[in-house]
Amino acid sequence: MSTRWQKWKQNRRAAWLAYIALAVLLAALPFLTGAALGRGWVRILDFTLLYVMLALGLNIVVGYAGLLDLGYIAFYAVGAYMYALLASPHFNLHLPFWALLPLGAGLAGIFGILLGAPTLRLRGDYLAIVTLGFGEIIRIFLNNLNAPVNITNGPQGVNLIDPVSIGDFSFSRTHSLFGVDFPGIYTYYYLFLALALLVIFVSLRLQNSRIGRAWVAIREDEVAAEAMGINTRNIKLLAFATGASFAGISGGLFAGFQGFISPESFNLFESIIVLCMIVLGGMGNIPGVILGAVLLTIFPEALRYLGELQNALFGRILVDPSDLRMLIFGLALILIMIFRPAGLLPSVRRQREFGSDASVLAQEQASLYDTQR
Amino acid sequence: MNERRMKWMLWIVVLALGLTACEKKPDAATGAGGETIVRIGSVSPLTGPQAHLGKDNANGARLAIDEINAAGVTLGGKKFKFELLAEDDQADPRTATVVAQKMVDQHVAGVLGHLNSGTSIPASKIYADAGIPQISPSATAIAYTAQGFKTAYRVMTNDLQQGKVLGEYAVMKLGAKRIAIIDDRTAYGQGLADEVEKAAKAAGGEIVAREFTTDRSTDFLAILTSIKAKNPDVVFYGGMDAQGAPMVRQLHSLGLKAKFLGGDGVQTTEFLKLAGADAEGVTGSSPGLPIDIMPGGKEFREKFTAKYGAIQNYAPYAYDAARAMVEAMKLADSVDPKQYLAQLPRVQFTGVTGQIGFDEKGDIRGGAITLYRVRNGKWEVLETVRGEAPPAM
Amino acid sequence: MDILTQQLINGLVLGSIYALVALGYTMVYGILELINFAHGEVTMFGAMICLAVIGALAGNGTGLDGGVIVLLGLLAAIAVCMAMGFLIERIAYRPLRRAPRLAALITAIGVSIVLQNLAMLIWGKQYVTFPPLLPLVRYELGGAIITNLQIFIMVLSCLLMAGLLVLVKHTRLGRAMRATAQAQDIAGLMGINTHTIISVTFVIGAALAAVAGVMVSAYYGLAHYYMGFMLGLKAFTAAVLGGIGNIAGAMLGGLLLGVIESLGAGYIGALTGGFLGSHYQDVFAFFVLILVLIARPSGLLGERVVERA
Repeated sequence: MSTRWQKWKQNRRAAWLAYIALAVLLAALPFLTGAALGRGWVRILDFTLLYVMLALGLNIVVGYAGLLDLGYIAFYAVGAYMYALLASPHFNLHLPFWALLPLGAGLAGIFGILLGAPTLRLRGDYLAIVTLGFGEIIRIFLNNLNAPVNITNGPQGVNLIDPVSIGDFSFSRTHSLFGVDFPGIYTYYYLFLALALLVIFVSLRLQNSRIGRAWVAIREDEVAAEAMGINTRNIKLLAFATGASFAGISGGLFAGFQGFISPESFNLFESIIVLCMIVLGGMGNIPGVILGAVLLTIFPEALRYLGELQNALFGRILVDPSDLRMLIFGLALILIMIFRPAGLLPSVRRQREFGSDASVLAQEQASLYDTQR
Repeated sequence: MNERRMKWMLWIVVLALGLTACEKKPDAATGAGGETIVRIGSVSPLTGPQAHLGKDNANGARLAIDEINAAGVTLGGKKFKFELLAEDDQADPRTATVVAQKMVDQHVAGVLGHLNSGTSIPASKIYADAGIPQISPSATAIAYTAQGFKTAYRVMTNDLQQGKVLGEYAVMKLGAKRIAIIDDRTAYGQGLADEVEKAAKAAGGEIVAREFTTDRSTDFLAILTSIKAKNPDVVFYGGMDAQGAPMVRQLHSLGLKAKFLGGDGVQTTEFLKLAGADAEGVTGSSPGLPIDIMPGGKEFREKFTAKYGAIQNYAPYAYDAARAMVEAMKLADSVDPKQYLAQLPRVQFTGVTGQIGFDEKGDIRGGAITLYRVRNGKWEVLETVRGEAPPAM
Repeated sequence: MDILTQQLINGLVLGSIYALVALGYTMVYGILELINFAHGEVTMFGAMICLAVIGALAGNGTGLDGGVIVLLGLLAAIAVCMAMGFLIERIAYRPLRRAPRLAALITAIGVSIVLQNLAMLIWGKQYVTFPPLLPLVRYELGGAIITNLQIFIMVLSCLLMAGLLVLVKHTRLGRAMRATAQAQDIAGLMGINTHTIISVTFVIGAALAAVAGVMVSAYYGLAHYYMGFMLGLKAFTAAVLGGIGNIAGAMLGGLLLGVIESLGAGYIGALTGGFLGSHYQDVFAFFVLILVLIARPSGLLGERVVERA
């Protein structure tokens, strides 16, 4: 396999061909999906891309730097509310999109530092519970800041948010190009795709940079990292800020795309789902994280067809499909983790860790127990 | 990237491109009798905790559509047959937009739904963009019709009207001078509680405490203890039965003598079951009329139960919503959303739930609110308060 | 001052329930360093099974006394939950003993989702009521009101917690548990069957959870398939507040959290001059938690985590 693999690597023409094929597929995807499954599924594709961005952001915090964050969705909320409040009739402000997106990313980044600063000394699960608390605090404030001064409009949420538009080009309208109609959800797809690619690119570049290696060093052994001259405080804060800013971008896009946001979209369960995406796909590994995000967004939607399946098999619906959906989802989480604990596409580094010493350890363990019994 | 993976990818691309080539164009279907089929959507949660309410709405709409089809529809010289397309939004705002998009894709002539305010509002934007009229049988949030969309209508009384009736009732009829208000920080609970507060103040009552809980809580002792210190005559709760019932129990266990008042989230049979003996004497309100008082209530119940079983809650409203939509089509002599949308404000007829007609915002004119009190373990009608009377035709 | 007394009573009752659930988290964490997210769901099952038994026996002409029926329900709940605790550990966590800790965390979340939805399929989505089998007696205490049920909950929790402390500190089994928590491999070498000890830990935690679940449903008069999630979250917060892995810490954390929540809801408005109200109750609780952790990064009674070299 390995010689073939090398041969293949040399065969750059084939590699280019594959990349072009991938590009064509990504470009044609909304049309394919729209034609085969209907436009409702194109909307799901759009959401998938938002989750890809979210998951890649959390991957920096948890996957690279090893800081367990259970309140990540708060930064998504900050980005979304930033966009919503500055581009809606709520304050009668209508800032342009190109200003909103960096603002949302920046503010989320600042919140990331706000969360990171007091928690620098905390480790592992203590950090987990504090981040969880932080996420809940943000949500509770968003839900209640409608009195005495109405800032967020409370549980009613913010409505009539401006759609994303650059200049006169509004992403929510149908555009025609070469006689092909691009409805709003299609143009949004291309915008989200472009930004997701940007986030992927930044993640890739960070991974192998000085900062990326510093993150991994902290994850593996914080004391040793500090001894090697890494400023662990700044590097940790940078991880929080970078991860949060990705979520801020994603949140802003969500607000513009949906046109309506309310605090109930940013609950703890969303944080947990995003964490599941990266662990399931393979923490620290970008293709794995993307796979995790795609699977966990599409899978529950696909399970909606369970009702139709039951109808076809038994002629009637035996069990409410939405009840089964979450049950199957939970079972899938357990099974995947038992059989692939490092995720579906583990990072090379982790794979190596598992390949060698873990199995050796397990063997040692087993032989020890044998003698004991 | 290895060879096998790459081959796979190429195959997928080829397959996918092939699929697009076979895209089928949906064209106007024709029924057996040569009529043109027109689709009308119904969206409500068909699965999840509110599935029973959602199915009720869909069935109410279905009953109306079946009757209209049986009577025959001829508009603009063409024969039409309506087909109901019922979809599930799981009471989830994000799913609601996905389903709304689906409705637009299917070229429905109009949508009856959604059930909740939280889903109706984000979906209304998609319908408004597509120019498809939407009539909700049950969304009560003020914001739904306050967005300025020309396509958003409802046949249900909104929270503003209900809150006003409740606040005035507390002060005038229950004789409350000191009122404590609790809400569950949901869009529904907070919206209703705010309206009650305004109305009670306007009627001369004093709000002595405003406390808050969540829609997941079971322990209200802390807030009830602070309320007890303020010694109120009435405690109003804006929220659902699942919190209202333990709340009224804990209220009694703390020895609070205040009367308990709630909105339509509390005025349910589930509340009676959960609160047990503590439910006695609780007052609750509900938009609309009790089915026995509705002009066509008895007849509707017979027809509906024969086909679908017991009425859960909003089926008569879904029925009237469907009829209002077809009335507008008749006025416009067309099923084209663009044509009949303009006629919706002119719709006037006597429906099952009362006189149906819309104001300039899309709200129902003269919607009624009914007040109930628990006596011997049952909700008994206290009185019905009507809004402004619809203009005579 | 009767309001303050009343708030303290409210808080202490709530807190003793939190403490009882928090023990399950802290025991498992002490041994496996795993946040057993499914623990709250075990509590919920305890409540549901007890109610199912009560439903089958009450008003069915068995002629049993209300107290006896509740006791039978409680025993059934304990038995089933112990079996559940054993099975959860055996099926979901044991295969992951050597896997990265986050993988086990995701499995725990998976188990939690599965149990929740299983309960929904079995008992439905509606709330289940606890029938009024136990006579409610109210006592006056310095102007505040306390019920016999509240007294019973506090007393039973204290007894169970004291019993657990004795078990861990003064028995052979307890010593084996502590040894396993200290160093699993070495404990194995010393002739301790660590797998059995871990199973026993889960089973004991589940039994406590079952009691807590029954107490919650009796106290509030209802149970729901979703009730375990919030309760578990609060209890986990309490365990961390006290210092996770430390049994006395879980008790202290639980009681403290209950009192903080109660006082927070009651007095936060007065403290902030009416700017923040009782809707910030949870913010207040988390805020205290963050402050405590900044001052003492391993909780109130937790031992200092030694840096792993």
